[in-house]
Amino acid sequence: MSLTRVIERLLQLIPVLLGVSLIVFIMMAFTPGDPVDIMIGDQNVSAEQEAAMRRDLGLDRPIHERYVIFLGNAVQGDFGQSFYHRRPVSEVIVERLPATIELTLVALLIALFTSIPLGVIAAIKKNSWIDRSATVFSLLGVSLPGFWFGILLLMVFAVHFNLLPVSGRISYSNQVEPITHFLLIDTLLRGRLDAFWEALKHILLPAITLGLPMTAILTRVTRTSMLEVLRQDYVTFAEAKGLSRRKVMFRHALKNALIPTVSVAAIETGSLLGGNMIVETVFGWPGLGRLVVESIFVRNYPLVQAAVLFYAVTYVMLNFTADILYTKLNPRVKL
Amino acid sequence: MSVIDSDGLLEVRGLRTVFDTRAGRVCAVDGVDVSVRRGECLGVVGESGSGKSVTFASVMGLIKAPGHIDAGDICFDGQNLRQLSVKQMRAIRGRDIAMTMQDALTALNPALTVGEQLAEMMIAHDQSLPRNKRERRRLVEQKSVDILQLVGIPSAKSRLQQYPHEFSGGMRQRIMIAISLASHPRLLIADEPTTALDVTIQAQVLELISDLRAKLGMSVVLITHDLGVVSEHCDRVMVMYAGQVVEEGPTESVIRNPQHPYTRGLLGSIPRISKRGEPIQPIDGQVPDLIDLPAQCRFYSRCQQRSDACLKYIQMTTLSQDRKVRCVLAEETAHD
Repeated sequence: MSLTRVIERLLQLIPVLLGVSLIVFIMMAFTPGDPVDIMIGDQNVSAEQEAAMRRDLGLDRPIHERYVIFLGNAVQGDFGQSFYHRRPVSEVIVERLPATIELTLVALLIALFTSIPLGVIAAIKKNSWIDRSATVFSLLGVSLPGFWFGILLLMVFAVHFNLLPVSGRISYSNQVEPITHFLLIDTLLRGRLDAFWEALKHILLPAITLGLPMTAILTRVTRTSMLEVLRQDYVTFAEAKGLSRRKVMFRHALKNALIPTVSVAAIETGSLLGGNMIVETVFGWPGLGRLVVESIFVRNYPLVQAAVLFYAVTYVMLNFTADILYTKLNPRVKL
Repeated sequence: MSVIDSDGLLEVRGLRTVFDTRAGRVCAVDGVDVSVRRGECLGVVGESGSGKSVTFASVMGLIKAPGHIDAGDICFDGQNLRQLSVKQMRAIRGRDIAMTMQDALTALNPALTVGEQLAEMMIAHDQSLPRNKRERRRLVEQKSVDILQLVGIPSAKSRLQQYPHEFSGGMRQRIMIAISLASHPRLLIADEPTTALDVTIQAQVLELISDLRAKLGMSVVLITHDLGVVSEHCDRVMVMYAGQVVEEGPTESVIRNPQHPYTRGLLGSIPRISKRGEPIQPIDGQVPDLIDLPAQCRFYSRCQQRSDACLKYIQMTTLSQDRKVRCVLAEETAHD
């Protein structure tokens, strides 16, 4: 890929981010409920004090002025102060990010390592019981709502069998000194196998819940494209060459069959970000998703705006990654 | 029937390949005998659906469900291929019997370089390659360059790194042939090697196959629907119709003196400059449905010389040592 292409892609980000920020700004402004009211709650506050609070948060100005101020600061990397934390929004987001990235990556790994083998086997053994089960699984996977499935898993594995923890990333007693802030990695780096095991048990259910819809979709995509590829002449030709079945299946068929799977996976990873909000809330996972949900409830405008912009950038980058992976796997396509 | 030719490299006897479909059992190949002698080029002619490709896919052991070989023997160099295990068959495929397919664009893997596709063929079959990875790679590369040069690909070394889509149609066909020849097979099955090509490139590719046959001393089965190609390149020809062989013999004899009405029809439907102005004569009608065929001549519905005598199972009649035909008219002359 050429440098101009990369720059072009980055320039495309600008209108996307402008549009996204504007929409979020307007939506937040028109959502019923007011951050100052929520902060005050039942306390007895004079009108002057309330006005002072409003001025303090910059909410006394009209919405278009607020938007312009927000943009002016944002281009300088300042996304404002979180109303609640009284700290820069970017700082709060960065703190929560590792938990979300860790959860997303584990969900992605689970999805890839389940869906690809399942899709391939379903295609090779088309119409067998395993193929039919994969179909049913895919259908359930896309149609079960994440919050319901998550709670179901909790009830079975955490409450009924008491095998896995209910919420959080790790128990308090097993905290380790952070290095990368990814618990699965930090616990290993610190040589704390027991803590690693615990962190793994914590992440398992949320990751499965988060990855389920993606697993379902990717299983379908892999199965369909594998079936398509198996009918191709080059698979027959590979067999005619007397190659082993493994070589024919993996080197010739799977490499081509994975082209659609990989691009769908990269794009679907973006949808994991949305799924995060629900899953993190259900499993009490201290990540960005839950932070955003909480912030929406208390009308913490600056944080929601910054987080949504972050999501938008990530989404565009994932699409970009999908394109790059596509060209890597498919030499016929050049960007 | 089963006089095994001492020169015979491939001897197929009574091959029957069927496909079980929802509509019933399709008998794509029904009692086909094939002999391919060492060093010869056998042309197999017939229209689409005549069973010519299925016959040789059966020889290669490449018939997939819902199809299977129902009966018959396939002897290659004295070995009955139908009795071999999957693994033994795999070792023969590619090494002793190689195949090229109709369209190289779809037969070559778009995601692998030409070099990779050549190398895997050699590595799969050549036990004499060194174990050491680096040495092996160098040797395989050298051999790949040699074979690409043999089929006439210029600057072969740099082209090993390229993908199939970076070559022209004729070049791709050459590459596919190079891959098939990489382990020096004794029999090359060329399934419509020129159908997807321009006329000028067709001639080049066929020339190439003929040259290589002479150079490497292998036998070639040329599957085609073009009798012109057969007359130029094949020693013997086998005409197939609706899953059966209807006529067989030395090319010249079959083309000069066709005995079966179908062969005559095929020859009559070729446009010729000498017959300029005269309409070409297509064969009316269609190939019969291959499900539940009655025991009668399969060409009956399209034949202009049909009679009630054709409404029984028609045996293959041997006219002379090399010449066979499946027609009642020939039966009569042979008996006279």
